[in-house]
Amino acid sequence: MKSLAELKAIKEKMQGQVGVRSNDHAGTRVVVGMATCGIAAGARPVLQILSRLVQEKNIQDVSVSQTGCIGLCQYEPIVEVYSPEGEKITYINMNEEKSREIVDKHLIRGNIVTEYLVGNK
Amino acid sequence: MTELSLNILDIAQNSVKAEAKLIELAVEINTASDTLTVLINDDGCGMSAEQIEKVTDPFFTTRTTRSVGLGVPFFKDAAESTGGEFGITSEKGKGTQVKAVFGLSHIDRVPLGDINATVEMLVFYNTHIDFLYRYKVDDAEFTLDTREIKDLLEGAPIDAPDVKVFISEFLRENESEVKKEHIF
Repeated sequence: MKSLAELKAIKEKMQGQVGVRSNDHAGTRVVVGMATCGIAAGARPVLQILSRLVQEKNIQDVSVSQTGCIGLCQYEPIVEVYSPEGEKITYINMNEEKSREIVDKHLIRGNIVTEYLVGNK
Repeated sequence: MTELSLNILDIAQNSVKAEAKLIELAVEINTASDTLTVLINDDGCGMSAEQIEKVTDPFFTTRTTRSVGLGVPFFKDAAESTGGEFGITSEKGKGTQVKAVFGLSHIDRVPLGDINATVEMLVFYNTHIDFLYRYKVDDAEFTLDTREIKDLLEGAPIDAPDVKVFISEFLRENESEVKKEHIF
């Protein structure tokens, strides 16, 4: 059985790092709808991949979080991207593949992927 | 839902919304009695007797963005269609207890699926809430208690990248030791 003992070493290592990223600053916010509609449509792997890629690719000033029902259940999984200025982009019918594209094109390069936008359905 | 772990995530979101401080999740598999039991207990705001009566009705929901609430009805149906049972008890101001028993080998039982992903998601995205997760197969079991983890971290964030990796490994390694060669 793996025990919690390793956590002590992890904590000490973290304390040695300067400026551990905090999530509550005013950067870009990526929000995934995680109510019954979203979960049933596949929101869990979408949230997982977005969070993993933002961490792996070390994208600064982007936080990933979850929310409840956005009210467009038929378009779930839905991912909303809020710019630091508060503008909202809504991507619909998301999956892991589309999420990778959003990360590369939108979150890294700043180009909105228009074909996945809600208005384009 | 294609996995019971997705139902569990969905039902636990109700506990999050009920402003629980501690959410207890348990998956207990008993091969002798051929059952898979899921328990979700919280110390959130609870429900009135009237609300409990309505909670298994798909046309009842507390939300305002839509008028149907399928989370509890889905879970209840998933359990009852395997010859199992479903129960929910609650007290206003005290908390809510959900218990679902599934026929383990019943043909209509939905696979448990990626239960670790469900636990991770709950722990990492609700860092202000404590979780006590227990996974049991016959006589073997393990627990993950975020209160213990937070004590050891002494204020360092539980959703820091290195801690997340550790918790993922902790869940997966211990799960595979407990369930051995079985797939549930």
